[in-house]
Amino acid sequence: MALSKDRLGRFNPDKHMEGRVTDIGPRHYWQFFPPVIQNNYGKWAYHEILEPGVLVHVSETGDKAFTVRCGGMRFMTVDFVRELCDIADRFSDGYVRFTTRNNIEFIVDSLEKVEALKAELAKHTFAIGGSLKFPVGGTGAGVTNIVHTQGFIHCHTAAVDASSMVKALMDGLFEHFTSMDLPAQVRVSMACCLNMCGAVHCSDIALLGYHRKPPAIDHEVLHKICEIPLAIASCPTAAISPAKTEDGLKTVKLKVERCMFCGNCYTMCPALPLADGQGDCVVMMAGGKVSNRISMPTFSKVVIPYLPNNHPLFPEVVEATKQVLNAYAADARKYERIGDWAQRIGWEKFFEKCNLPFTEHLIDDYRLAYDTYRTSTQFKYTEAAWAVTRAAEGEE
Amino acid sequence: MAFEPKRPQKTYTYDDVRLFTDEELKNYTAEEEKNFKIKHDIPLLEKLESGPWPSFVADAKRYALRRRKLGEEGKLLISPDVVEDLLGQVELSFVHGETHWKHGGIVGVIGYGGGVIGRYSDLAAKYPGVAHFHTVRVAQVPSKFYNTAFLRGLADLWEYRGSGMLNLHGSTGDIILLGTFTEQLEPLFQELTQVLDVDLGGSGSNLRTPECCLGKARCQYALYDTQEMCYEMTMHYQDELHRPAFPYKFKFKFDGCPNGCVASIARADLSFIGTWCDDIRIDQDAVQGYINGEFPPGGGSHSGKDWGKFDIYAEVIDRCPTGCMSLEGGELVIDNPNCTRCMHCINTMPRALRPGVETGVSLLFGAKAPILEGAQMSVLVIPFMKAEPPYDNVKEMINKMFEWWMDEGKNRERLGETIQRVGLQRFCDIMGLPPAPQMVKEPRTNPYIFWKEEDVPGGFERDINDYRSRHAR
Ligand code: HEM
Ligand code: HEM
Ligand code: SF4
Ligand code: SF4
Ligand code: SF4
Ligand code: SF4
Repeated sequence: MALSKDRLGRFNPDKHMEGRVTDIGPRHYWQFFPPVIQNNYGKWAYHEILEPGVLVHVSETGDKAFTVRCGGMRFMTVDFVRELCDIADRFSDGYVRFTTRNNIEFIVDSLEKVEALKAELAKHTFAIGGSLKFPVGGTGAGVTNIVHTQGFIHCHTAAVDASSMVKALMDGLFEHFTSMDLPAQVRVSMACCLNMCGAVHCSDIALLGYHRKPPAIDHEVLHKICEIPLAIASCPTAAISPAKTEDGLKTVKLKVERCMFCGNCYTMCPALPLADGQGDCVVMMAGGKVSNRISMPTFSKVVIPYLPNNHPLFPEVVEATKQVLNAYAADARKYERIGDWAQRIGWEKFFEKCNLPFTEHLIDDYRLAYDTYRTSTQFKYTEAAWAVTRAAEGEE
Repeated sequence: MAFEPKRPQKTYTYDDVRLFTDEELKNYTAEEEKNFKIKHDIPLLEKLESGPWPSFVADAKRYALRRRKLGEEGKLLISPDVVEDLLGQVELSFVHGETHWKHGGIVGVIGYGGGVIGRYSDLAAKYPGVAHFHTVRVAQVPSKFYNTAFLRGLADLWEYRGSGMLNLHGSTGDIILLGTFTEQLEPLFQELTQVLDVDLGGSGSNLRTPECCLGKARCQYALYDTQEMCYEMTMHYQDELHRPAFPYKFKFKFDGCPNGCVASIARADLSFIGTWCDDIRIDQDAVQGYINGEFPPGGGSHSGKDWGKFDIYAEVIDRCPTGCMSLEGGELVIDNPNCTRCMHCINTMPRALRPGVETGVSLLFGAKAPILEGAQMSVLVIPFMKAEPPYDNVKEMINKMFEWWMDEGKNRERLGETIQRVGLQRFCDIMGLPPAPQMVKEPRTNPYIFWKEEDVPGGFERDINDYRSRHAR
């Protein structure tokens, strides 16, 4: 059955239930597996990374599946989809896979096919600007692709753009994508607001768009477009209360000192926008992970409360990320994730080695903050400790 | 193994479904591509065209050219300018440092409460091509393998009835088709289900399209069949996926082992993580192979730097978080009852060590991002369950949980927040589960126990006169 060319296709507005098919779910996976995957499903014995971006999985049957992993843009056009289909048709029997982190994988059954595929992939560059379309890498102890969210391309709550920051960052970290020279894998994630669609809160390095001004109140329309009790209830810090305008319209007022800029009110009420080009910024968090390997999964911690939202190249974000990465690469032990390393050396040493200032914004003041305070005499001396000593006039 | 789809699957080639001819697909030359100027000035976006990483700007621009030509020939239903107008609007967003999408807008397809996210530009006069820019979520194939017939069919459909721009994949795992007008939502839906044989994904206060790691398809660590279970649960809960009846969104994610490649512990209201309950399998010869340097540790994951000769003590035995490994008489010994199955030794010596064969899943509940009250990871509630088709035992647990949460959960409260509000004890009680030390990192440090009346002899009814008979006022 061919796709329809009619303007409304198979939809008949007068009989909209006619021929309707619903609740069929996703495609079943089996027919999308290449033969080597079908034949060895559940029989894999071990794997090896032959070089950055190239894996071999060896089956108990003796079969081998070779995977070439390429960095991918999660935002793409159908032109790009067709180009990767052309490659898959010619080199991997018409099959292709995407990873959770938006990488693109071609799976073949011999080393010769790997070489042919790699040679082909290297030829694909954009006519405009010359960037690679299918950079090979993203395996092992390196930086793999950055999971991210929509940003200015689609979302109404974004505090920064996502695709542009990720492009700039991956250009800056490219050598770590194509190599495996770090102490462990480094997962970088990016979310353009606190909703964190990309759920970046358990990443080695997380970049988060953040609003820094309370919502502006659109008094003129608020009473029309907003369920006031819902907006009030939505605020986790009870910063919003009912009010009346001078003209007697129902509206809300804010205790601005209570606002933590979460944007939850805007989600409930379009008359409370937070976005502000001057105020919005990027927050860096670090030291989280989801794997259970050695240490338990952990949240990322805020390590830089403010970086400028300097579109489109975000030089400060790229620089700060490299700074943390370089300090980690130079100092961590083999298999230590960024958070494991910080835990071992102590967060005071983390800030010293990464050359990051520790500011008041890094001390938790939300609920249960006390859990993060240090209740011990075990600490290490860094310049920050001496600054406290001096402030307390504790030195001769 | 069962590879049975719940319904007959269509197979089709690209030629069976296609909308465009070969000439139409290759409608511009490299020369034209280089010289093409889009209708808006986008100097900031153009800064993202160089550098090694793939440039979405370069991709969008060349596609704008193709669209313009197709549009001139009347071969598109959505504005040929949609890509150019999107780039224009994003450029202006860079200048302002602010997004130009309006808040929400309720659009969708008949009978479904999710799958489409309404979006309108607040600069529609300036960028009419993106006046409407609704997203359509399409259910991804579990673990995201595709053939080119499907992808090409989808590309033709989306080019014809939408913007031709998409995410492979959005952060929940769905295929995200970015940007179309309201008129085309129903037609798109019908082409998707009736021709391409695929459904919409979830959005809104319902079950989101479940997601799984690649599991047994290409990973030796998979401890249950993640694709199979993910597919089965997706099909079983279609109604929950399409017709919002929950307090808020709900996510299932399936990780095949504690390595957690789909990050279920961070992202899923119900995380399924593969585990085992017998002994790690050891191939002693291969252990010697690692010690002798015949095999690269980690399957070569650290080969980009010289970390020195492999040292089984420094890299494995002393790194074991439970200290349950030793070398005795040249043989590796694991004290399995004390192993917490962290996967480190197995990841490091994949040829020598394999997980056990008595496998199942751990069920963890309640992960969410910071909105509202702070980020939460999933809590280990059921340490081990067999996970075999048709998963009736698991479904029973899920049904109990849904029933309770729909009743008890407040509007826009994720399961993890409901659990936090009522307490893990209460949740276990609802689920019919006894408390266990596995559920906590440590017992409580405050003694503020909410004793119930029935816990205490004599109940809570007190007689003050009886008290006063022993104590003067
Ligand atoms: C209060 C919390 C949240 C709100 C208000 C929220 C809101 C939104 C909105 C408005 C979008 C549409 C973006 C667009 O395409 O224009 C979106 C997309 C999305 N959200 Fe959320 N979200 C919330 C939490 C989450 C969480 C916790 C997750 C996942 C664990 C999540 C996952 C997603 C995903 C995967 C998308 C698809 C967009 C993408 O792929 O980037 N969201 N969310
Ligand atoms: C409303 C809440 C959330 C929404 C809507 C949301 C949405 C998403 C989406 C759509 C993805 C992309 C998944 C993929 O590409 O496979 C994602 C990925 C991710 N999410 Fe969330 N998420 C939410 C909350 C969380 C939370 C609470 C966490 C963690 C605690 C989290 C952790 C992650 C991680 C780690 C990834 C990346 C997985 C990877 O390594 O590939 N998310 N999230
Ligand atoms: S993280 Fe925030 S701004 Fe970004 S897509 Fe999600 S809801 Fe929108
Ligand atoms: S942004 Fe968050 S804290 Fe501030 S007023 Fe809105 S809901 Fe309350
Ligand atoms: S979660 Fe485990 S089983 Fe699944 S792909 Fe990752 S390592 Fe393999
Ligand atoms: S899996 Fe982890 S806890 Fe168990 S023996 Fe190996 S390193 Fe130790």
